This record gives sequence, structure tokens and C-alpha cells, in this order.
Amino acid sequence: MSLLEYENVTLKFGGLTAVDNLSFDVQEGEVFAIVGPNGAGKSTVFNLISRFYDPYAGSIQFDGHDLLRVKASAVAAFGVARTFQNIELFEHATVLQNLLVGRHRHRRTNLISEILFTPSARRQEIENREKIEEIIDFLDLQAFRDKMISGLPYGVRKVVEVARALATEPKLLLLDEPASGLSVEETTDMRWWIDDIRRQMGITVLMVEHDMGLVSGVSDRVLAMADGAKLALGTPAEVQSHPAVIEAYLGKAS
Amino acid sequence: MRIVFKTNYMQDLRPWKDGYQLGLYLILLAVAAAAPWWLDDFYLGELTNVLIWAIAGLGLMILTGHTGQASLGHAAFLAVGCYANVVMIEAGVPFLVAFPVAGLLTGIVGATVAIPALRLHGIYLAIFTLALSVLMDDIIVLAEPITGGVAGKYLGGVEIFGHLVDRWATPSQFFWLVLAVAIIVTLGYINLLRSSLGRSFIAVRDSEVSAQAMGVDIARTKTISFALSCAVTGLAGALMGLFAGAFNNETFSVVISIQLLMMIVIGGLGSIHGAFLGAIVIGFLPQFLSISKEYAAALLGGNAVAIPGLEFGIFGMILIAFILFEPMGLYGRWLKIRTWFELFPFYRKDMFKRQKSYLKTERLR
Amino acid sequence: MDNAQLLISGLANGCVYGLIALGFVLIYKATEAVNFAQGDFMMLGAFVTIGLTNTEYMGLPFWLALPISLGIMGALGYLVDRLIIRRLFGESQTAVVILTIALGFVIRFAAGLIWGHEPQTLQNPLAGKDIRFGGLVLGMEDVAVIVVTVLLTWGLYVFFSKTKLGLAMQGASQNQLAAYYMGIPVKRVQGFIWALAGVVAGIAGILFAAKGSVDPTTGLLGIKAFAAAVIGGFGSLPGALAGGLIVGVIEPFASRYIAAGYSQIAPYALLLAVLIFRPHGLFSQVRVKKV
Repeated sequence: MSLLEYENVTLKFGGLTAVDNLSFDVQEGEVFAIVGPNGAGKSTVFNLISRFYDPYAGSIQFDGHDLLRVKASAVAAFGVARTFQNIELFEHATVLQNLLVGRHRHRRTNLISEILFTPSARRQEIENREKIEEIIDFLDLQAFRDKMISGLPYGVRKVVEVARALATEPKLLLLDEPASGLSVEETTDMRWWIDDIRRQMGITVLMVEHDMGLVSGVSDRVLAMADGAKLALGTPAEVQSHPAVIEAYLGKAS
Repeated sequence: MRIVFKTNYMQDLRPWKDGYQLGLYLILLAVAAAAPWWLDDFYLGELTNVLIWAIAGLGLMILTGHTGQASLGHAAFLAVGCYANVVMIEAGVPFLVAFPVAGLLTGIVGATVAIPALRLHGIYLAIFTLALSVLMDDIIVLAEPITGGVAGKYLGGVEIFGHLVDRWATPSQFFWLVLAVAIIVTLGYINLLRSSLGRSFIAVRDSEVSAQAMGVDIARTKTISFALSCAVTGLAGALMGLFAGAFNNETFSVVISIQLLMMIVIGGLGSIHGAFLGAIVIGFLPQFLSISKEYAAALLGGNAVAIPGLEFGIFGMILIAFILFEPMGLYGRWLKIRTWFELFPFYRKDMFKRQKSYLKTERLR
Repeated sequence: MDNAQLLISGLANGCVYGLIALGFVLIYKATEAVNFAQGDFMMLGAFVTIGLTNTEYMGLPFWLALPISLGIMGALGYLVDRLIIRRLFGESQTAVVILTIALGFVIRFAAGLIWGHEPQTLQNPLAGKDIRFGGLVLGMEDVAVIVVTVLLTWGLYVFFSKTKLGLAMQGASQNQLAAYYMGIPVKRVQGFIWALAGVVAGIAGILFAAKGSVDPTTGLLGIKAFAAAVIGGFGSLPGALAGGLIVGVIEPFASRYIAAGYSQIAPYALLLAVLIFRPHGLFSQVRVKKV
């Protein structure tokens, strides 16, 4: 069953076509990767799902909901979580606070019960913490729990961002270049984590990534893009050997 | 350094770290509550004033310190709270009803103001609120039937359960009233910060984009922040009115707005301590200056001369020094000193270093 | 005739607002910060010139004092940037806002200390002269204000939109990092802009003091100049002047035709209305914000 459906989506910025009549679908339970040269519109695909832009034409369906009919904050409530290419964490807060913001969509308390910190608010906080602790264990973040984000090294921030997305308990996880800027060891860790996120947690993963080793290692299907349009779609091996993809990366063979 | 081993989640959830810290705060509270016995009436009045400013500071801290929306217009909300309270009391509403209702009304006004303000960022919001504060002065004059206009209003003490609470006649009672309000507001603030809503404020402050991706409704969160902030400020305004006794359109001028914002910057943005520390600086600076002027005059053998505008000049210099050298305010300085002692001799200079970012335009992006 | 008289005095006032707003816009264009002390800069410029020219102080000839005081104001603008603002590189806009407000306090205090708190007027060669034009009596000061302002705005506009240096400065504000990579000396550009803003404030101060009296609190006029800058769209130099003129003209007409008490609200009400309905100003094109 397809979880996310992109149908004939087009987005233009002024004269520039960022996404050009793009269609694809992500099946439940798979790891789906989007590859392509810089400026191919990969991150824009994510930003459209997050409702930062309104497409010019087309439709985006998630789990039976029309995403284009809801506001940006409602997308998370359906079960879509994401990370950002240039890490967007809450700088002046601790790792724990960052992860707890991820629990926001499960909030059942209201203003009054929170200000009075009633037993129900307390229960909810403890539940949140239990869930967060699982994620901290899963991603080995124990040492950083009470550290401020502003003092953390790049690699750890990258992991915290994944952790924050997982804290929302999503159905679909969008990873925007999860391995960019990471060392070889960190990239290997990331690879096992992505595998585990799919296998243990049963979360569907859609990612944008340049590292072809990571892409072919974890993904079931790959979409190659150039200039906002689809070049090829298939298994990692199929896409890598597709003539249009080779041409886009290496230039025309003369 | 005391190391606390955590064995259950409540240890993280409760507002104090351990029994020692709780003890310190309780002692501080007891000393404060006993102030009428160890302070003369003049200084008790000053302390009351400091507490009222601290409550107003807490109000602004919600919006500016935790939600990241700078307001240069909070004196307008002090005025709303003050006049709402007085008008209701004059109509015969008992204080214990009028006071919270005044806060509530100010909160509603704040939420209404938030609607157009939501679209404004950074300096635009600062200018918007600044203009609001300037306008409030004129609005109070125009609304003379309600507010008394330029002639202003006068309010003696209020009665609580048949007990007179008045700044002049019963200064201790008035002090306890203010202290109680300060404690209640602070406790509510602590609770807010350890639950979902407070965290969503911080999320909006630090990154609107990712807050939204986590399911935080930016517009709604900002509106709630405005409402809460203004409600607390309204309470402070009501107390300020009681404290001043007489007030008119000039009592809540735009200068007060600016002072309030500067106060929380000096104290430390984004911390409850900051509001109190800033209020202490604001409250005692005039005293300190006049004492040191007399001292200097005695030392130099001359007469103490009045220098108009001295307070604001000194205040401005203090503020510039803080922004340049200690952007985290007094509370930030305190944290550093404490960490230095706790980690001695392992403190590193860049431990509290903040990330600097290159400016990118908010226009044409 | 009466209305024409109101219009002229409104335009002259509006030019002063426009000049302060020009200072806001200059700094905003180059650094995306706002100098809340710009009004106080203007007041200081007026007092520096008074201190140099007026007979009870140094008594220099007016045309000699003029370049000296503009030089002083330019140097002051540069020093403010060099010593204070530059240290805030990379901090939030709000930090700069609060800092410049504090700076305004300090300038006001210093001016009161040096020149006292009594209102003073600049002794100048134009004082008391007027031009009669049909039935219209135009003060020479008013005419000078209008002419100087229009020329200055035009000159700055040409500088920023036509010269290479001016365009480089615009680039510096829009993406500092990219500007660095392009080899634009961002910090030097910023210092130059602050110096320029100081000079503009000096000109505004001289014109203001020639027209009427100044005292240390005159700088609070800056709030009205915000209205001018916002109405003009905050990024546009001609817009700032236009905004200033609108505010300046509305004031005398409001006080003539609207009931007392409501009239002084007019500029602020206009400011709020613009912020609510056209947050990017009356004259700016609509822009889409991307993430």
C-alpha cells in the first residue's frame, strides 16, 4: 500500500521550475531514496511535503489525507517527521528539551492543566520521558541528555535531529541528507540506524542523500532527479546503471 | 561539585535539583516573607516596587525571553491592567475578583493585538509595539470618562476579606500581597516551562521552521504567548496602580516599556531568575546613585548636585556593557561563576560560547 | 492659501522626518539592523553645530562650522560601529535594537550634561528671511530644508542603485557570507554606512535646529521617523523620504481638521495601519518569502 503519493506536482519560483510534473509513491515499510545533482529539487520535494511552499499544480496524498488542504503544522500530526539539510535544532535548549518538543503532537493536556501541573500533566510528562529514553538508548545519546545544543559537535547534532524526528513516533520519516558532513564511522552508524528504524520501529523512510554507498546499502527503491524532473525510478542497481542518470552525473558521452 | 544520581523521572520533572537547592530557595523565601520585620518602611516600599517590576518582567519574559518576540510596548498592557482593576474596584467589585479579572482582560487584549502582530518579525514587531505604547498615552487621554484622562485617577487601599491593604497605611500587608502574587506567577511559569506549551514557545523562538515540522502551530503558539505575557503584565500593572496610588496617562509612558525590556536583558533573557535580578537592578539603581552621589559629595567636600537624566545615562551604559560583554545577563554571569567554582580548576573559557551565525537577509530570500 | 501654507510647513517638517528615516534605511540596507538612536544622532548633530556656531559657545562662522560638525558626526557614526556595533556581529537583530536604544539614552544624557536642557536654536544666516510668492510667505529655512533633503535623497539613491560600490553594499546586507566570498569588505562597508548615517543625521539636525529649537529630548522624534520609514517600506531611500513627507503633511492637516486629542494620533495610527495591512510598506513590491 502506498503511504505517500506525489502526483504531477509542479512548483515554480518566478521563472524557475523547481519541481517539474513529478510523480512517485512511497510504499509502506520501504526505504525510498531520492538522488540527483545539486539543485535538482530534492529538498524542495521535502519542503512541499512540509507545506513550506504551495505547489503550482498537482497533489500530495499521505495515508489517505490530502496534504495540500492542511496547514504546515498539521502535517506532523498525520505522522510525518523530518530532519533538515542544514540542521534546524532549537539551539538554546537542551537535547532533552529538543526531543520533548518532538512529543508535541501527542499533547493531551491544555494550558490550564499545564500551568497547574495537574496529575494528568505529570503523567503525560513521565510518558513522554519514557518514550524519549527509548530513543536516547536507541541512538546512543545518553551522554548528551542535558547538554545545550549550541555546545554540541556537528555529528551529534545530526543524530539529535534524527532523534527528535523519531520522538514524534512518525509513520513516515523524511531524512534530508542524513550523512552529509559525517565521518566514515558516523555514516556507517547512520546506515545501521536507518536499517533499524525501518525494521525495528516499522517506520517508512524517505531520504535525500548524495552518498551512493549509503543509498545502495539501505534503500529499496531510488528516484533519480535532475532539474526538478524524474530521470529514473527503480532499485539502486537499476538506477545506477540507467543511461540518463549516468549522463546527468558524468555528462554526455561523446 | 555535587553530582545528583537520577533514579526516576520525577527528579527531572520537579523544579529543584535536589534537597539542598530546594532548601536554599525556601530559606530565601522565608527571609523575603519576613522582610517587614527586618526592613524599615521606606526600604520595604522599595522591595515591594522591585517585586512588582519582577512580575512585569516575568510577563515580558514569556514573550521576549522564551518566545523570542521583542516587545517595546508592554507599558500599554500595564496600563490596561491598572485601569481595568481600578475601574472595577470603583464599581464596587471586590479586589479578589477585580484583580484576576483585570489580568484576564489584559490577556484578551494581548491576544487581540497578537493577531496583526503575528505577521511581523524582529524590528517590525518592535516598531509595532513601540507605536502601540505611544498610542496608549493618547488613548488614555481620549477615554477620559473611563480613565480620568490627564487628571488621572486616585486609589487608596483595597479591602481583602474586610482587611485593609494599603501601600501607606499597611505597608507590610501590601508587601505580602505582592509577594504572594509573585510566588504564584513564578510557580505557574515554572510549570509552563516544564510542560509542552513552554517547550513549544522555546521551539518557536529558536527555529520556526522546525517547530512547524514538529507539529507546533506557530500562529497559535505566538497568540497564546502574547495572551499569557499580557495577562501577567496586566496583573503587575494593577499592582503598580495600587503602589503608585495616583496615576494618569503619563504613568505608563513608552519609557516604561523600554525600561522593562532593558530590565530583562540585564537580568538575563530566557530565565525566570533574569526577571528578578533585572528588577533588583532597576529598583535599586536610583537609590544606589543617590547614595553614591552623597558619598562622593561628602568625600569631595561639596554639595550633592542634581544631574538630570543621570539614571538613564548610567542605565544605558550598564546595558551597553551587558550586551557587549555578557549577553546572557546577570543570570548568565552567575551561571558562569558557579560553574567556575564547581569545576575548579577545569573551567574552560569557551564553555558558554554561543554559536554565531552569518546574517542572511529576511527580505528577498 | 491657508492650506498651501500648511502644506509647505508640513513638507518642511516631513523632510526632517524623512532625513532621519533615511538614516534608518541606510543602516537597514547595509546591515539589516535598525539604529533606534538615529533620532538622538540628529539631536546631537544639532547640538554640535550649535556648540560650534552660536555666539554663547565657540562662535565660529556658520559655513566653517558646517563641515566640521558633519565631520564630527561622520566620525561618531563610524566609531559607534567600530567600537560597539561590530562586536555584535552575528547576534540577533533584537540585540542591536536594544543596544541602540541604550545608546540613545547615553547620548541624551551626554547632550544634557554638555549643553543643558533648555531649548536652543541654531544661529544661521537664513534665520528670519523669507520669500514671498504671490500671497504665500515661505520661510527661507523651510525652503532650504526641502531643497537639501530632495538633493540628498536623490544623491544617495543614485549612489546605491547606479554605482558599483553602492550595489556591493546592498549585496553585503543580503548575504554576508556570500558577500565575503565575492570579496566585498563587509566590515569596512558597514563602517562606511554608519559614518554616512552619522552625516545624514548631522544634516537633519542642522536643518531642524535652523527651523526650530532643540533640546536633549528632541531625538524622540525618531519614533515619528519610524512611521516614515515603515510607510516607505524600510528598504527604499525615496520611500523613506516619501514616508516622511506623508507623515509631515498629515500632522498639520490633522491638527487643523480633526478634533484636538485625536490629531496627534494620526501618524502612529497610520504607522499601525501600514504595518497591519502592508507590512512591507506602501511602495514596495510584494515579495514571497522562501525558506
